[in-house]
Amino acid sequence: MERRKFIRNSLALVAPTMIGGNPIHILQDHPLLNTALLATSNTDKVLVIVQLNGGNDGLNTVIPLSNYANYNNARTNIALPETKVLKLMGNNATGIHPSMAAFQNMFTDGKLNIVQSVGYPQPSFSHFRATDIWMSGSDSDQYLNTGWAGRFLNYNYPDYPDAYPNNTNPDPIAIQIGSLSTLTCQGPAVNMALSISDPSSFYNLIEGTDATAANTNAGYELSFIRSIAKQTNQYTVRIKNASDSVTQQVAYPNNSLAAQLKIVARLIKGGLQTKVYMVNYGGFDTHAGQVVTTDTTTGTHANLLKVLSDSISAFQSDMTGLEIEDRVIGMTYSEFGRRIKSNASGGTDHGSAAPLFLFGKNVRGGVFGDNPAIPASATSNDNIPYQFDFRSVYNTILQNWFCVSATAEIEILLKQFPTIPLINASVCGIKDKNSVFAKEALIYNYPNPFTNMTKIEFKTSGGITSLQLLNGEGTVIQILVEANYSFAGTNSYNLYGAGLSSGVYYLRLQNIDKTFIKAIVKM
Amino acid sequence: MSLAPKTSTLGLNTYKGNWMSLHAKHLLNRTLFGAKASDIEYFKSKGLSVSIDELLNVPSSAIPTPLNDYNSTTFTDPNVLSGKTWINDITTDGTINSYRRNSYKKWLINVWVRQERNIGEKLSLFWSNHFGTEADTIVYGSMIYNHHQIFRNNCVGNFKQMVRLVTTDAGMLRYLNGYVSTKAAPDENYGRELQELFTVGKEGGAKYMEEDVKNAAKVLTGWKIDANFNSVFDSTRHDTTNKTFSTFYKGTIITGKANANGALETDELLTMIFQKTEMAKYICRKLYKYFVYYYIDDNVENNIITPLSNIFIANNFEIKPVLKILLSSEHFYDTLYIGCQIKSPIDHVITFLRQYEITFPDAITDYADSYYLYNYMVNQVISMGQNPVDPPNVSGWPAYYQAPEYNEIWINADTLPKRNKFTDLMIETGYTRNGKKIIVNTIQFAKNICSNPSDPNVLIESLFSFLVSTEIAASLKASLKTQILLSGQTTDYYWTEAWNTYNSSPTTINFNIVNTRLKSLLKYIMNLPDYQLQ
Repeated sequence: MERRKFIRNSLALVAPTMIGGNPIHILQDHPLLNTALLATSNTDKVLVIVQLNGGNDGLNTVIPLSNYANYNNARTNIALPETKVLKLMGNNATGIHPSMAAFQNMFTDGKLNIVQSVGYPQPSFSHFRATDIWMSGSDSDQYLNTGWAGRFLNYNYPDYPDAYPNNTNPDPIAIQIGSLSTLTCQGPAVNMALSISDPSSFYNLIEGTDATAANTNAGYELSFIRSIAKQTNQYTVRIKNASDSVTQQVAYPNNSLAAQLKIVARLIKGGLQTKVYMVNYGGFDTHAGQVVTTDTTTGTHANLLKVLSDSISAFQSDMTGLEIEDRVIGMTYSEFGRRIKSNASGGTDHGSAAPLFLFGKNVRGGVFGDNPAIPASATSNDNIPYQFDFRSVYNTILQNWFCVSATAEIEILLKQFPTIPLINASVCGIKDKNSVFAKEALIYNYPNPFTNMTKIEFKTSGGITSLQLLNGEGTVIQILVEANYSFAGTNSYNLYGAGLSSGVYYLRLQNIDKTFIKAIVKM
Repeated sequence: MSLAPKTSTLGLNTYKGNWMSLHAKHLLNRTLFGAKASDIEYFKSKGLSVSIDELLNVPSSAIPTPLNDYNSTTFTDPNVLSGKTWINDITTDGTINSYRRNSYKKWLINVWVRQERNIGEKLSLFWSNHFGTEADTIVYGSMIYNHHQIFRNNCVGNFKQMVRLVTTDAGMLRYLNGYVSTKAAPDENYGRELQELFTVGKEGGAKYMEEDVKNAAKVLTGWKIDANFNSVFDSTRHDTTNKTFSTFYKGTIITGKANANGALETDELLTMIFQKTEMAKYICRKLYKYFVYYYIDDNVENNIITPLSNIFIANNFEIKPVLKILLSSEHFYDTLYIGCQIKSPIDHVITFLRQYEITFPDAITDYADSYYLYNYMVNQVISMGQNPVDPPNVSGWPAYYQAPEYNEIWINADTLPKRNKFTDLMIETGYTRNGKKIIVNTIQFAKNICSNPSDPNVLIESLFSFLVSTEIAASLKASLKTQILLSGQTTDYYWTEAWNTYNSSPTTINFNIVNTRLKSLLKYIMNLPDYQLQ
């Protein structure tokens, strides 16, 4: 890394931000920057990433009504009553948590979609490692010290941070609120995100107040250094002006996620050209007592989901009111989902794949993918197999929202991942193949359950086709078929039981951008 | 800013309160270039009195001398072999001396980083700054070395003796033109600075007159530098007339002396000057500003400076008794003064290197690589505004005398980012020469400064109490724990698990999980304005 490229991007307690060339010049509040550039910036597209720390329980967030009996059986102490689950318009198979009425409305309006069972082949059950995998976009046995969004932004702004900010790019490339700069926006050389780690320092900045200092000589000198640090932050004026320029917003609920999103709305409307905003909300690590036992629709998890749903809904209304909803989409994610079977303490342990939400006027409404397969009698180790690789979601955002080319995708995600038609095709002029829904069963096997051998028949429409075997924990243990077929048709594979312990397994078929999952049982 | 500098009404009585880590750390922050965890532990266990005695005991040093690190394919020193010291070689060659000045600065980094548990180097830097000279002006490496050795050898000794040595030191004669001053045209430069900057000062009652400058200049005529860079007295150049000083010096007459006796007038001049209580007060004020805080009001003047100067005088200008009283005083340990100094660039860089116990290649056996790495540190402190042994002028660095800003001068929109960039770089990528990398070992550091790094609460507390001297809001500590060490999780166990997993199975991925989070945390803490204070 070049030393001059090495900068600290943090606004924490007015810690310094930008260390470009030297000497440092504070970016003055140039009139050109505030009128011409702000006026044109409204065409820029923005992604808001909502991180749910702790591992959200996907099964109690998006409920597989079509498998309700198995669902209920697997988690009797926390299962949501079928009648209380909120229905999704035009979809009888899937519902959402009763506390997410706001999401139900967004779904009806076509401003929310659900992507089922997002994960990756060998899931990690460690918060730290799983978080690093999601943020870096790595394989589970690969260590990347850059983030997926960082690589994207670096692709767009390869010379950052030298001579930044400048007339063309006067604003932070990405902004992280409520947390320190995370791996997500770490580029090859520097973190692309200005991190507003301490919300109070950010409020101090936009309110123009100072942090308190002790009534000692150290406090006196500290105030002095802070004042210099503030001058040093070249983005300060831009952020404050953008924030100040927005005076009318919808009412937001009173919680930290809403507070972060409210700031994001102001900064977008206020004209910052920032591409990516990251916010986060924690507490999803619900090992125990995630519901009130007398009414499973209430309790810790219900409260978390209500905050999520209400806050994003307020943000979406704000986008509409501020007339910027064409420019903004958002995505939620959590480092993993939770175990299918609940534990005895009224909670759920670390799991693997889980649903995520995309929101915004330009996302395509609906549920993408099938309800997860749930064994009739789930054991405590059983997990939901992944249906979509999380990097397919990233790739979709890159290609169908930010309109990067497939070539760039390789550079950013380091591999090819099929897109999912989650975003209005008109945004990037993409031809929507809309083939992701496997309306028909693509896998058939007999016998099932099996002991010695089961014959698997799978349908391909031609092209690259892979058939994976996942164990009950959701981990890919074998790739049975990986082939490029010239013709559409049905092919077969004999799976032998020798070497497989008894239990639930999953077959996962991926044919270009089509996926299908089938549960099988080894006796 | 409603705050203003404050002074403590506590005086010079010995501090009787509890002797805790924070007191030991405060004392070491002022007497060393920062402290290692083991230093704080050591002096905490010794108690105040023993700590002061040990810190003020500066044994004659066995520091390795600066070496020829500068021979290259394009340049060879004809007199000194690679890896050998140049301090005894006399040459006026500009190129050679330019290399030697740089070698000296690199060597200084080593001397500072490896300093032992005494006040020697911190105090020597004080005196080097007090008798401000510029290496660039003195030019000759050996002369520069000898000049600053005066301070190393006498830093806790007798101030009058120190002034005597400086007055006829070849480096000082060269810097303030004494060596070209003759009776035909006495050069007033040293005669003036001797009084204005080095002894009586110009504050308060220090009302020496222009005639005193002229007469001091006459007294000092005759000193010159011989071919071996020794200072010698040449009586043929000495003004042998009687010198009559002003009423400030009570009309003292120094009788002109011929021949070698002319040199004795120099001692008479110092004896006259050292009779002025203003001298003792001026020196005590400078020591106070360097070791306590720059702000002196009537309260400090009356309750600290005056009694301290009386001690200085009563002890015949011995430095050690003065420092012993000051550094033991309840005034020194008043909360008002804990952490109130803005680190100089040298403090900032050297303290960092010592706190993190950064290991350099051996300064003798691997001098080429080690000097190269020291050079990076020299460039760092220069870029932050402090060029070692090259202050802007004879007054030394403005941060030590320029009212009202004093050490705030070190911090501006240019230098503050550079300070942060330095600590960031040493944490993130380190600096490498010939495959020898100096970089923070985050995990070892956590173990050094924390009894139980697996507990994120204990770890955060330990990091803050070691790295900063100000109170940090509990909300910030909590948020750093959650955001960094726990990656947004709410259960402390996840950090504990990651730490323990690494320690039992130090694979690359397990290492990265812990190291990434520690790096973020350390960078964050050192980017806080609080870290700029000591």
